[in-house]
Amino acid sequence: MLRALLAALAALVLVAAPVAAQDLQSVLQEHREGVENPSRRSVGVVIEALIAADPPGVQTFLERWQDREVWVRKADGLFFYTAPGEGGALTLLDIATGDPAGTAARDELGEVRPNGGVRREIAGALVRFQLSDPDPRARSAALTSIARNPSADQIEPLRASIADDPDPALKAAKERLAAILTARFGENTAERVAAIETLSNDIGLETRAALNQILAVSPGVGTTLPPGANIARELRPGSEALSAAEAYGRLVDAGLAPAPVARDRIKEVLAANIVDGRVAGIPVATLDTEARREEAYDRLAETGAVPPFLTEAERQAAIAAHVFYEAYAEPDAAVTDAARAALTEVDLRVGANQTADIALDALSLASIYFLAAIGLAITFGVMGVINMAHGEFIMMGAYTGYVVQLFVPDYTLSILIALPLAFAVTFGAGVAMERLVIRWLYRRPLETLLATFGISIALQQLAKNIFGTQARPLTAPAWLDGQLVINEIVAISYIRIAIFVLALVFLGLILFVLKRTRLGLEVRAVTQNPGMAASMGINPDRINMLTFGLGSGIAGIAGVAIGLYAKVTSEMGSDYIVQSFMTVVVGGVGNVWGTLAGATLIGVLQKGIEWVYPSNTLAAQTFMILFIILFIQVRPRGIVALKGRAAEA
Amino acid sequence: MISTKAKLALAASVAALAATGASAQDCPIKVGVLHSLSGTMAISETTLKDTMLMLVAQQNEKGGLLGCQLEAVVVDPASDWPLFAEKARELLTVHEVDVMFGNWTSVSRKSVLPVIEELNGLLFYPVQYEGEESSRNVFYTGAAPNQQAIPAVDYFLEELGVEKFALLGTDYVYPRTTNNILESYLKSKGIAAEDIFVNYTPFGHSDWATIVADVQALGADGKQVGVISTINGDANIGFYKELAAAGVSADDIPVVAFSVGEEELSGLDTSNLVGHLAAWNYFMSADTPANAEFIAAWHAFIGDEKRVTNDPMEAHYIGFNMWVNAVTQAGTTDVDAVRTAMWGQEFPNLTGGTAVMGVNHHLTKPVLIGEIRADGQFDIISQTEPVPGDAWTDFLPESAVLEADWKDLQCGMYNTQTQTCVQIQSNY
Amino acid sequence: MPSDALATSARPFAPRRSLIAQNPSVLWFLLALALFTLGVTVLAEMGLVSTSMVKTLGKTLCLCLVAVAMDVVWGYCGILSLGHMAFFGIGGYAIGMWLMYARTEIIVTTSLAAAPIPPTPEEIVDAVGTQIFGVVGSSEFPWLWAFADSLALQLLMVVLVPGLLALVFGWLAFRSRVTGVYLSILTQAMTLALSLWLFQNDTGLRGNNGLSGLQNIPGYDHVPQSTVSLVFFWASAAALAAGYLLFAWVVSGKFGSVIRGIRDNEARVRFLGYHVEHYKLFVFTLTAVVAGIAGALYYPQAGIINPAEIAPIASIYLAVWVAIGGRGRLYGAAIGAAFVSLLSSWFTGGGAPDIDLGFYRIQWTDWWLVLLGLSFVAVTLLAPKGIGGLFDLIPGRRTPDRQGDYGPDDGAWRREEGTE
Repeated sequence: MLRALLAALAALVLVAAPVAAQDLQSVLQEHREGVENPSRRSVGVVIEALIAADPPGVQTFLERWQDREVWVRKADGLFFYTAPGEGGALTLLDIATGDPAGTAARDELGEVRPNGGVRREIAGALVRFQLSDPDPRARSAALTSIARNPSADQIEPLRASIADDPDPALKAAKERLAAILTARFGENTAERVAAIETLSNDIGLETRAALNQILAVSPGVGTTLPPGANIARELRPGSEALSAAEAYGRLVDAGLAPAPVARDRIKEVLAANIVDGRVAGIPVATLDTEARREEAYDRLAETGAVPPFLTEAERQAAIAAHVFYEAYAEPDAAVTDAARAALTEVDLRVGANQTADIALDALSLASIYFLAAIGLAITFGVMGVINMAHGEFIMMGAYTGYVVQLFVPDYTLSILIALPLAFAVTFGAGVAMERLVIRWLYRRPLETLLATFGISIALQQLAKNIFGTQARPLTAPAWLDGQLVINEIVAISYIRIAIFVLALVFLGLILFVLKRTRLGLEVRAVTQNPGMAASMGINPDRINMLTFGLGSGIAGIAGVAIGLYAKVTSEMGSDYIVQSFMTVVVGGVGNVWGTLAGATLIGVLQKGIEWVYPSNTLAAQTFMILFIILFIQVRPRGIVALKGRAAEA
Repeated sequence: MISTKAKLALAASVAALAATGASAQDCPIKVGVLHSLSGTMAISETTLKDTMLMLVAQQNEKGGLLGCQLEAVVVDPASDWPLFAEKARELLTVHEVDVMFGNWTSVSRKSVLPVIEELNGLLFYPVQYEGEESSRNVFYTGAAPNQQAIPAVDYFLEELGVEKFALLGTDYVYPRTTNNILESYLKSKGIAAEDIFVNYTPFGHSDWATIVADVQALGADGKQVGVISTINGDANIGFYKELAAAGVSADDIPVVAFSVGEEELSGLDTSNLVGHLAAWNYFMSADTPANAEFIAAWHAFIGDEKRVTNDPMEAHYIGFNMWVNAVTQAGTTDVDAVRTAMWGQEFPNLTGGTAVMGVNHHLTKPVLIGEIRADGQFDIISQTEPVPGDAWTDFLPESAVLEADWKDLQCGMYNTQTQTCVQIQSNY
Repeated sequence: MPSDALATSARPFAPRRSLIAQNPSVLWFLLALALFTLGVTVLAEMGLVSTSMVKTLGKTLCLCLVAVAMDVVWGYCGILSLGHMAFFGIGGYAIGMWLMYARTEIIVTTSLAAAPIPPTPEEIVDAVGTQIFGVVGSSEFPWLWAFADSLALQLLMVVLVPGLLALVFGWLAFRSRVTGVYLSILTQAMTLALSLWLFQNDTGLRGNNGLSGLQNIPGYDHVPQSTVSLVFFWASAAALAAGYLLFAWVVSGKFGSVIRGIRDNEARVRFLGYHVEHYKLFVFTLTAVVAGIAGALYYPQAGIINPAEIAPIASIYLAVWVAIGGRGRLYGAAIGAAFVSLLSSWFTGGGAPDIDLGFYRIQWTDWWLVLLGLSFVAVTLLAPKGIGGLFDLIPGRRTPDRQGDYGPDDGAWRREEGTE
C-alpha cells in the first residue's frame, strides 16, 4: 500500500516537474506510445517534452527519428539506433551516447516509422538546432522547414542567425525568409509594409503564399458593414461574384432569412397529407406536374398546415435589406493595401513567367514529336514509303536500352552504349524489312501500309512475349535527374533538355547527310527519278535500303530518348505513330524542315489548347487533331510544300 | 466459302458436344479465369491469371474440392470489352464453369454483368473500384471507395494537414466516380470548392510537365497541397518521372495513389519517389507469416524471385478461399447455395486480421497506407480497423439513400427512403 | 454530259444484262448465305449451336456487311478509308442510346410507380439520367441524348449521322484533292479524333464505359436471349443480303466502270469530263451509311459499345480483312471478314492446341497476333488476290467481269503488269 502510494507520488513528480537531469531514454519511455506510433496532432507533446528536458543527444535523436533510423526493442520497449551486425543481426547503439549496447535479431526489433506529417513536425522542432548548424545542408533544411510552415516565433531565431552565416546564398535565402515572416508576423505596420515592399519583385511560391495569406478573406453578411472591419470588397447580389440565389443562401446560412421550400420538401409534405387519395382536394393521380403540386401545396398552406411558399418579392426584399461583403482576416488596412499592390505586381511577373514556362514545355514537346517523327520523315517523306511499324522501331530502341541496362549497371555508360546499339539494331531491322517486304511494294503505298501494319502487330506481340507485359524501367543517369531552374516558375527537366539537344543534333545530322554527302545526293536522285538515277550508275536498291535503314535507326535512338523520359512498354510505339504521321503530313512531306515545322506547330498547339482548357488533356488532343484535319484542307501539301518535280515523287 | 462453312460447322458441333457433356455437379469442378492475356490490360491481368492457376493448383494438392479436382478454364478477352461479355457467355454456357474469377477494369465488369445475371453465374471481382454497384452474382473482393479513397483522404487531412487537393486521374469511370465522391466528401470536411483542382488525362498519357507545374503552382496561396492520384497503369511512370524531375518531394506535395502498387513500381526507379503514398488493403511488405508463405508459394510457382505480389492478388486469394469454404459448407457448387453460404464467410487476410464477406457482397477489410521505399516496396505507416465495404457511397446524395442487402432485402439497390427495391438487376 | 467513252473503252459495248447474269457470284453468295442462315437456325433450335455461337455468327455477318462496304470504297473506288469502323461505331452508339434510355426508363417508371405521389415527367428524366450517368459521376442529360427516347428518331440517326459525317468529311477531303496515302492518314485522324472525343466523359456518352447492356431489348425482357440472338442473326443475314445486292448493283454497269476508272487513274477519268469528286463522295457516303446500319445491328448482339471500338486499329483491321479476303470482289471481302474474325476468336479463345517444340511451348494466345501480323505480310506479298483468288482456280470458271485485280495503286512493279 505504502509502496503503491510512493510509486504514484514518484510518477506525479515525474509528470509535474521533469527533472533536468532526466536522460533521453527515460523521457522517451515516458512517451513511449507517442514515439512509436506518432501522429501529427499528438507528436507535439513528445517534442515539447524532449525540448523541455533537453537531455544530451536530443538533436541527433530528432534527426534520426525523422530519418527513420530509430528502432524499438519489442521485448522491453527501449529505443536504439542500429548498425549492421554479423549474420543479419543488428548491433544496437545507445541513443544517448551512440555506444554499442548489444545485438538483436531483425525480428526482435520494430522500426519506428513516423509518417510525413510527423516528420514535418520534427523538422520544425529541429529548426532551432539547425539554423546555426555548421553543416550548410542542415541550415538549408531548417530554412525549408520554416518555409513550409511559417510561424511568428521563428522570426527572432532566424534574424539572429543571419548575420554570421558564412554562405552568401544561404544568407540571402535567410534574408528573404525573414522578410516573408516579417510581412506576415511583423510587430508594427511600418515594419510589415516595408517587408512587403521588398517582396514585390519576388515571384517565389513562398512569397506569393505569404501575400495571399495576408490577403485571405472571409465572406460576411449583415444589415450594415461591420464597423472597424478591414473590408476587402462589397458584393452586389446578382453580380457575377455573387448570384442572387447564392446571396439568399448566405442569408439562410446566417439565420437572417427563412429557408425556401425545396421541391423534395413539397413532395414530402404532399405525401404526408394524402387523405382518401386526395391532397387538399386534388386527386393524387393528377399530381404529376410541378405546377399541380405547387397548387396543392398552396392549398395546404392556406389551411395553415404547412409554412407558405417564399414569394419572389420576399426573397428580393430580404436580399436588399442586407449587405454582402468580404472582409480581410488581417485587421490592418495599410498592410493589406501594400500586400495587394505587391501581389498585383508579382502576379504580373508570374503570368509572364508562366507563359515562358508553357513555351518551354511546348518546345520540349515539339522536340519529342520531332524526334519520333524524323525517322518517318525520311522513310515516308523522302522515300514515300508508309511504315506503320515505325512506332515499333521506336519501341525496339527503347527495349534495347532496357536490355543494355540489364548488363551494364552504370547508367551513364549504359546510355552511351544504348544509343549506338539501338541505332544498329533498328538499322538492321529496317534493312531487313526493306529487303524482305518493302522493296516488292514500291509505288504501291497502300499495300505497304497494310504489310507494315502486319509487321507492327507482329513485333508488338513479339515484344510482349519476350519482355512481358509490364512496363520496363529505363533509368536516366543521375546527371540527367532534376531540372534546370531558371526561376521559381520557369524550369525544365534536364532529360527534356537532353532530348531537345538530341533532336537538334539529328536535325543537323540529317540535313548534313541529305545535302552534303554522296549518299544524300544519291538518295535525292533516286527519290526524284529512280530510272534516271539508275542510268547514271546509282544502284537504287542499295540507296533505298540504306535510306530505310537510316530512318529506322533514328527511330531506335528516339526510342531510347522517349523511354528515358516516359516509359518502356510494348505498346509505346502506337502512342506515337499517328502523331508522327500527323507531324510529317502537316509539316510537308519530303522535307526535313517541314517535319520540324510540323512538330513545332503540333507541340505549340497542343500546349496552347491545354493551357486554355486545363482540366481535360484529352479534349486538347481531340481539338488538335480536328485542327490538323482542317489545316490539311487549307494546305494539303503541308506547311513546307515542295514544288516542281520533287513534289510528284 | 466452302472451307469457311466447314469450319463453322465444325466449331458448332464442338460447341454442341461440350454443351451436352457436363452438368454442374460433375467432376472436375471448373473455375473460369476471365483475365486479359493480351492488349492493354494484359500488363495487370496476366499476373492475376497466374495467381488463379497457383491457387487452383494449391487446392488440388490439398485434395481438391468435394472430392473433385479443380480445373481452371482460362480464356483471353484480349482487353476488348465486348469480348468480355462473349467470353463470359462462353465460359458459362460452353465450358459450364462453376465460378469465374476475373475482370480488372470497371467497363469490362459492366460488360460481363448482364451476361452473368442472365445466366446466373458467379463472379469474383478482385480490383478496387468506384462502388455504386452490387450485383446478385458478383462478389467484390477489391476495395470500395470507402475502403481506399476515403481513409486515404482522412490520412491526408489528419496526418499530413493537407488543405488543398489536386485530384488527378485518367479519364474513365473509376477516377470520375471516385473523384466525385471525394469532392463531396472534402466539401463535407470544410474544404472549399476552389481548393479542389481536378484534372483528367487520357490512358497512357506521357507529357506531364505542365500538369506537374500546375500542381506546384497550387501552393501559391500558402496552403499545404496534396495530390490524390487515380492515374491508371502506364501513365503513372511518366507522372512519377516528371514529379521526380521537378524535385517535388513527398514533404512538399505528398501524392497518394490508388492504382499504383508493387507491380507498377517495378517499372521505374523509385529512389526519387520515396515517401509518396499509396492506399491499399494489402502490401507485399506486410510482416505476417501468412504473407511470407504466400510470397514464397508465388515465387516458387512463377519461378522468379523478383516477382512482386499486390493487392488484387490478395483479393483473389481471399475470394478463392472463401469460395472453396462456401462450396464445402454448401456441399455443392450450385450458385444460389454458394451465394447463401458466402454471406458472413470469414477468411484471414494476408496482412493480419480476418476478412468478412458482407450481405452486400463486399468484404470487410482493413485499409493500409504505405510510403514508397527506395526498393520499390511500401512501408506500411497506417493500418485502420477493418472497414466494411460500402456498395453505395454515403457521400453522394443520390447514393446515400441506397443500400444493398442480398440476404434480408434481396436487393442490390434498395432505397431506404421510399423503402423500395429500385432494381434487382444492376446498372450496366 | 460525259460520254460513255470509258465504259466503252474498258469493255466492248454490250446490251445491258441483268445484274445476276452479269455477276453470277451474287446468286451463289445469296444462296450460300440463305443455306447458312437456315442451317444455323435449325441447329440452334435443336440446341446444337449455343446462344453465344449464334451471337458470334450474327456479329460476324455484320462484320461481313461492313467489309463489303469497305471493299466498295477501297477495292472498287480506290479510297483506303481508315474511318469506316468509326461509322460502324456511330451506328452502334445511335441505337445504343435508345436501348439504354428505353430500358432504364422502364426500370425507373416501375420503381417510381411505388411512390405515394406520381412522378413528374422531369423526375422520370432525372432518374433515368442518374441511372445512366451515375457511373460516370453525373446525372445531367447531354444534348446528344435529345432524341434518345424515340426509337424512330434514333434509327434515323443510325443512317443520318454517319451519312452526314461522311458527306462533310468527304466533301472537304475530295474537294482539296487529298488522295492516296494522305487520305488514309486523314481518315485515320478523323477516327482518332472521334474516339478521343468519345473517350471524354464530358462528351456525354459515358466515356470509356460506353453504352452497355445493349443485348437486353427494352420491353422484351421475357424473351430469352436464345430467341433474341436468333432474331438478330436473321436481321444481320437479311441486312447482309440486301447490302450485298445493293453494292453488286452499284458496282455493276456504268457507275461501276467509272469508279473503277477513278481507282485506276483518277486524272484520266477527270479529263474525260466526269465529276470525280461527286462519284467518290457518293461512294464514300453510301458505304458509311451501310457501315452505320451494320453497326446498329452488331452492337445489340455484342452488348456493349465504347470508344475503344472506334479506335483507328479497328478500321485498319477492316482493311486487313478485305485484303485477306481479296479486294475488288464483294464476296472476297465477306469471306475475309468472316474468316479472319472467326479464326481470331478461335485462337484467342484458347481453341487452338498449343504446340510443344521441346525447348519452347507455343501458346496461341500469345502467338496468334504474331501469326496474324505475318500473314498480312504474306498475303500482301504473295497472294494479292487474297482468299477470293482461290475461286479463280476453279477450272472452267470464266474470267471475272472485273478489271484490275490489285486495286488502287498508281502503277506497279509487278512483272506481269509491267508488260501491259
